[in-house]
Amino acid sequence: MTFSPELETRLETLMRSCPPGREASALIPMLLYAQDETGALTSEVVEEVARRLGITPLQADEVISYYSMLRRRPAGRHHLQICTNVSCMLRGGQELYGHACKRLGIRNHEVTADGEFSLEEAECLGACSWAPAMLVNYDYHQDMTPEKLDRLIDSLEKKH
Amino acid sequence: MLYNQPSPLEVKVLTRRFGLPDSQSLDTYLATEGFQGFRRALEMKPEEIIGEVMASNLRGRGGAGFPAGMKWSFVPRASSKPKYIVVNGDEGEPGTCKDRLLIENDPHQLIEGMLIAALAVGAAAGYIYIRGEYRRLIEIMDRAIAEAYRKGYLGENILGSGLRFDVYTHSGAGSYECGEESALLESLEGRRGVPRIRPPFPAVAGAFQCPTVLNNVETLCAVPAILRDGGAAFAALGTPKNGGTRLFCLSGHINKPGVYELPMGFNLLRMIDEVGGGVWKGKKLKAVIPGGSSCPILKASECDLAMDFDTVAKARSMLGSGGVVVLDEDTSIVSLATRVMRFYQHESCGWCVPCREGTTWLRKLLERFHAGHGTLADIDLMGDLARNMLGRTFCPLGDAAAMPMISYVEKFRGEFEEYLNRTPGGPLGRVTIDG
Repeated sequence: MTFSPELETRLETLMRSCPPGREASALIPMLLYAQDETGALTSEVVEEVARRLGITPLQADEVISYYSMLRRRPAGRHHLQICTNVSCMLRGGQELYGHACKRLGIRNHEVTADGEFSLEEAECLGACSWAPAMLVNYDYHQDMTPEKLDRLIDSLEKKH
Repeated sequence: MLYNQPSPLEVKVLTRRFGLPDSQSLDTYLATEGFQGFRRALEMKPEEIIGEVMASNLRGRGGAGFPAGMKWSFVPRASSKPKYIVVNGDEGEPGTCKDRLLIENDPHQLIEGMLIAALAVGAAAGYIYIRGEYRRLIEIMDRAIAEAYRKGYLGENILGSGLRFDVYTHSGAGSYECGEESALLESLEGRRGVPRIRPPFPAVAGAFQCPTVLNNVETLCAVPAILRDGGAAFAALGTPKNGGTRLFCLSGHINKPGVYELPMGFNLLRMIDEVGGGVWKGKKLKAVIPGGSSCPILKASECDLAMDFDTVAKARSMLGSGGVVVLDEDTSIVSLATRVMRFYQHESCGWCVPCREGTTWLRKLLERFHAGHGTLADIDLMGDLARNMLGRTFCPLGDAAAMPMISYVEKFRGEFEEYLNRTPGGPLGRVTIDG
């Protein structure tokens, strides 16, 4: 299993940020950064990260099943997380999420057949004052409307 | 980046650099009194620094409102173990969106706050734990840290003082529970975010079982101004025992939602009307969640109060994390309760039974009720279930789910009863139950 030089540097930095002998502390960010590059935490990726930290793949698996952003199967190239928690719900977050389901033809935690889009009904994203809010991968889109969402998906489709 | 217009009623202490050109850079920071608090702290004894923070009446901005100076004083300086500063940037309490602005607009202020805390307790390293969704903020923080190293504000022999301090960012990966301090420490150490049994508290056995100061982003961002201008000056901005300003996040049914820095003790109704431009669409105020979704709801008639920790506590709610959620007269409390409980059930780590089972059953009850299949007995059961969770869990998540639930059925019982007589779906439409 080989990673890109950028990811290798990132993983080394993360391990160095831990006190000596405590390298396994870097597990969660290491998994997340690795997943960003590989698309999913396949057994191969998990075994490699676990090996570097001197833990068992099972110990890594325990952690993966806890955190909502860590995933064993790939998401779409554009992963849409739409918040429907309180502040967003009060300003149309549920309607926005419903619109995304219809537009993309998928439901929560599903991926479009072409692998381009995936959808997740998210818990609070920390953008409550600019609700409803959503994420495309790591980029925030705030004060959303169904029309703005359509335009956003249009622009992402053009990026093929 | 600023996402809302500032209000003329704001008192800008922590947010004074927001909107300045290049506010993320160390040059801008230094040109605007940056690191003056730290320079002052370098000439003080550790107990004097802690004394200054105590005099400021700064209380934890993550939600608990514990006096920050007292928290620092619990760290055993004499311990031979390394000491750590851990910053809680997990920001997950629904209604709260302030820490991200402090990191995005003024990352060096946080670094300076950590350095002052390090001097006070004798720490040599600090970790900034930031929720995984905030990747762009982690990148901003990483750039600011790198700049501080290059220019001698981090690393060895800082400003020629002999002090050594290292700072690292640490990404979360999606978990509300990791905003709870002991779960955060578990996550920082590479494990599931399950809370620890306390005592020992983090001040004695925190990160890597070493003495640790664990503060919210906003708490530490207030520290440079306290050391620069003095604790008394900061305290004078607020009300007795509630020093300074805080960042209030206005959201929900309000004309000008946004994050505003206001003095502690600012009147809630005035905040809604004069800072937030009033309830939207000319509607009447129904209720307010004063400090994030874990706080008991306040009816409109209870909202004429000073927003400080003690006054809101006297009103049997909490100032919490500063997330002020405004609800207009058309809001369905049944829909609100259903969505809120779905959240807590989703986020319960599952370790202790009252929380795991309590949130699950409350969610099931509420979803059934919301779908139009409730009974009168369900309303009592919701309150009973929630009261039996209170104080019976290892961490505050169980209470965070139970307290608002109790307030919904106590204060809006009539609405629950009325809901029984209606077809499914309130004014907000049906809550989608998916996944």
